Amino acid sequence: MIRFDQVHKRYTNGREALAGVSFVIDDGEMAFLTGHSGAGKSSVLKLIALIERPSRGQVFVGNQNTGGIHARGIPQFRRQIGVVFQDHKLLHDRPVADNVALPLVIAGTPKREIDKRVRAALDQVGLLGKEKSRPLELSAGEQQRVGIARAIVGKPKLLIADEPTGNLDPDLALDIMQLFKRFNEVGVTVVIATHDVHLIDRLGARRIVMGEGRVTAA
Amino acid sequence: MSVQTWLARHAQTLLGSLGRLVQQPVASLMTMAVIAIALALPLFLNVFLQNTLAATANWNQTFDLSVYLDKKAAPSHTQVLAKQLHARADVAAVRVITADEALTQFRAASGFGNALDALDDNPLPDTLVVTPAVAASTPEGLETLKSAIAALPDVQTVQVDTEWVKRLHALMDILRRVVWLTGAGLGLGVILVVGNTIRLDILNRRAEVEVMKLVGATDGFARRPFLYSGIWYGLGGGIGAWILVAVAVGLLSKPVERLARLYGSEFHLRGLGFGSGILVLGVAIGLGWLGSWLAATRHIRAIEPT
Repeated sequence: MIRFDQVHKRYTNGREALAGVSFVIDDGEMAFLTGHSGAGKSSVLKLIALIERPSRGQVFVGNQNTGGIHARGIPQFRRQIGVVFQDHKLLHDRPVADNVALPLVIAGTPKREIDKRVRAALDQVGLLGKEKSRPLELSAGEQQRVGIARAIVGKPKLLIADEPTGNLDPDLALDIMQLFKRFNEVGVTVVIATHDVHLIDRLGARRIVMGEGRVTAA
Repeated sequence: MSVQTWLARHAQTLLGSLGRLVQQPVASLMTMAVIAIALALPLFLNVFLQNTLAATANWNQTFDLSVYLDKKAAPSHTQVLAKQLHARADVAAVRVITADEALTQFRAASGFGNALDALDDNPLPDTLVVTPAVAASTPEGLETLKSAIAALPDVQTVQVDTEWVKRLHALMDILRRVVWLTGAGLGLGVILVVGNTIRLDILNRRAEVEVMKLVGATDGFARRPFLYSGIWYGLGGGIGAWILVAVAVGLLSKPVERLARLYGSEFHLRGLGFGSGILVLGVAIGLGWLGSWLAATRHIRAIEPT
């Protein structure tokens, strides 16, 4: 599903975030990217979502070489990936249902279909009944669940998450991680960047350890 | 995507943009007011120009041509010539002033009575006063008529005072250009005002645009609500401009009619017609759309998620 082939990433400010990263994540696999902050975890996720482009090397997502995707093709490409952010990135001026519906609205899904799938997504993250709430009326854990519902509402085959539990206390963090695991169990490939090693131990999934822009253990 | 979904989506965005403007009534109305004033100025100038043209349309009576005939011509020929001229399409009327009548008038008006008595015969020729048809009352038409008459046999000189009508038309020409120049300048101003408002709007909603792009929105999708905002600004400004011109015409119509009556005219001030009003709304919407399109295309493209 995901293949990194000798990927280098140097930002315009000269910082080298990735120095020859190679790994493969199979279809239906669940993998954690770990390592200290600055190890290159976020860069890997940004390259997968085409938020950044590699300076050298190649990134394949779903058998597609992302180097061949032009700027015009990026929106269509991103619709196939569910992305969860540490800071949720919710729109605070509209209710939860509209936030979750956003990817479907963008994709041009009919209204009736949208309503059905939004309810299903909220049900899966345990937030049914909160459709009309504003994101800021919810707790941090609930906001993150809204972010996850938005990421999965389009039924992507790939779900990536950057420090999804970074702002949550341990119990809530475990809840969120178990949620990801449930999606993985129904066939979704899941890649999560996190520095929370204890949590990973309790979940027992594959670990790709990064340090100073390289993969140190996979 | 089905047509129904597409329409529903646009309708939703259109109303959503309006809702956003309503949420900030003061800022929105200020922008619309600026657009309204910018559009009202050239519109009002144009209304003024059209009214002036209408008011001066029947001034051609004062452009009579004086045709002085050769003194040696037979008096009978004067009548023939008068009939001949009257038959022309560009001539409305011909009046004959015989040499004797002219002398009588001149004697009475000039005070040279005694001096004239000293002369052996009448120094004045027969004269034809030619009134041109309305269609021929332009500076060019008068010139054509003048040279045509001058070429006729027994015609000594043709006089027409076209200088001031030339000046009037030149003035109108300038005014027409002023209308176009102010219209173009202020239209450009409207585009810039809307563009700047939309630019600030996009900066304020930068996070939202970023999130949309992260979940797969095209630039076109992210731009759409801003384009609709531009259309609403244009529509609001256009309606405002229409109202401003209507109010101005309303305030001026009574004094203008009083002035016209003093000149014995039944002139009525004409405002912006319904058709022109609709056209103004269309132009205003177009300008709003263009301004927002220019700003949104540029600034949305610049926003990339990090």
